[in-house]
Amino acid sequence: MERYSTFLIGTSKGLVEVNCLGGKWQITTCHFVGFPVSYVFVDERSGTWWAALAHRHWGQKLHRSNDRGASWEAVSVPTYPQHARLKSGRPATLRKIWSMAHGGVDRPKVLYVGTEPGGLFVSEDGGDSFQLLESLWNHPSREHQWFGAGRDHPFIHSIVVDPRDSAHFYIAISCAGVFETWDGGKTWAPKNKGLIAAYLPNPHVEIGHDPHLLLACRAQPEVLWQQNHCGIFRSTNGGAYWENISGENDFPDYGFALAIEPNDPNIAWVIPVTDDTKRVAPNLALSVCQTTDGGKSWQRFSSGLPQEFCFDIVFRHSLVKRGKVLLFGTTTGNLYLSENGGEHWQTLSNHLARVEVVAATEPSY
Amino acid sequence: MAKVSFTEALKQFFPGLATIDSKAGTIWELLGELELTHPGIKGYLVDERGAMRKHVNIYIGDELIKDRVRLSDTISVHDQVLIFQALSGG
Repeated sequence: MERYSTFLIGTSKGLVEVNCLGGKWQITTCHFVGFPVSYVFVDERSGTWWAALAHRHWGQKLHRSNDRGASWEAVSVPTYPQHARLKSGRPATLRKIWSMAHGGVDRPKVLYVGTEPGGLFVSEDGGDSFQLLESLWNHPSREHQWFGAGRDHPFIHSIVVDPRDSAHFYIAISCAGVFETWDGGKTWAPKNKGLIAAYLPNPHVEIGHDPHLLLACRAQPEVLWQQNHCGIFRSTNGGAYWENISGENDFPDYGFALAIEPNDPNIAWVIPVTDDTKRVAPNLALSVCQTTDGGKSWQRFSSGLPQEFCFDIVFRHSLVKRGKVLLFGTTTGNLYLSENGGEHWQTLSNHLARVEVVAATEPSY
Repeated sequence: MAKVSFTEALKQFFPGLATIDSKAGTIWELLGELELTHPGIKGYLVDERGAMRKHVNIYIGDELIKDRVRLSDTISVHDQVLIFQALSGG
């Protein structure tokens, strides 16, 4: 019998829980009603739920729950040290929490938080406190080669820890690109060969790329995928070289969301966006594209999705695959779920607030 | 002592928040007092550098405070202080 995960939907007006009850998927409860939930993370080691709130007036806040949302505890947000400065020379302050990841099963108290304006924070006490990882903040490329993408400052939206070696992990920065460390974050190397930065005078720069989301296959972590501002890319050698696997003509290229199959390095899904000037569903019709051959070919699925006058796009953290379920939420508050790999979608809601992030509460299985 | 009152919006995070009397000499001192009685409230009003958050405002009497960076505006015993935020957006 299929064991279903709970899904958490972070929206601009609250955190919604989706459960399968009696064979029917439904929204069962809402946390933080009225508040903007900008990021959600579930620590698969402990089962702790984390919710980042981006209050318009009161600043970024961070909450965690150890009882699956029955109660929430406010915890201290990462704080930039006094000496941390922006390019402008002004003091760096936390603008937004963009990503979280755990530090590996062998380091149960370690957590990472990726932020804007470009700081990666580490906690070694389970999230009670966070420290800026100065090695990355002081990377010589930050001052002149990192820049904001649709935001005032660069931000770290992806943190990918190697399940085989917790000292080995990647981050992705918009805009700078992918960086890799093999020593737990002491030293960093850019991993952007093969990527294209079409918006720069030199599209093949080492640093200055705009990965929208970076993921690694759980079964084969050397296989990396990214939905990038300039296409879809895949690496089979840990980021040493990226192959452009964007579709041609009407097939996927631009977008934000990406999901991959944890047990098969050839299967992925993306949700196309028309282009970076309009940012609506292509032809005003919503679809999901799947590859089962590592990006050599793409298949478009639209059954159950709106096919006219549809302005929805899907943000980078708003598509998730868990078990046999694919789920995504859109910028216009629609929520869709598929139980057959995306071939058909059922509508869970047409009246949520803007969906910022979705997450599954159970580990990959 | 100065009388300090708060926007209703803050009370959803700090349910016990009510009008208080304060002997603080400056806004910075006042926030220090508040943090002792309502841990975490300072982070709602100022950023990690201690500067007032963009949409938070504090009135002393009928005047908005002038120093939003160091919060050095002085408070006298007969002042009424109001801490609120400019609600905006959808």
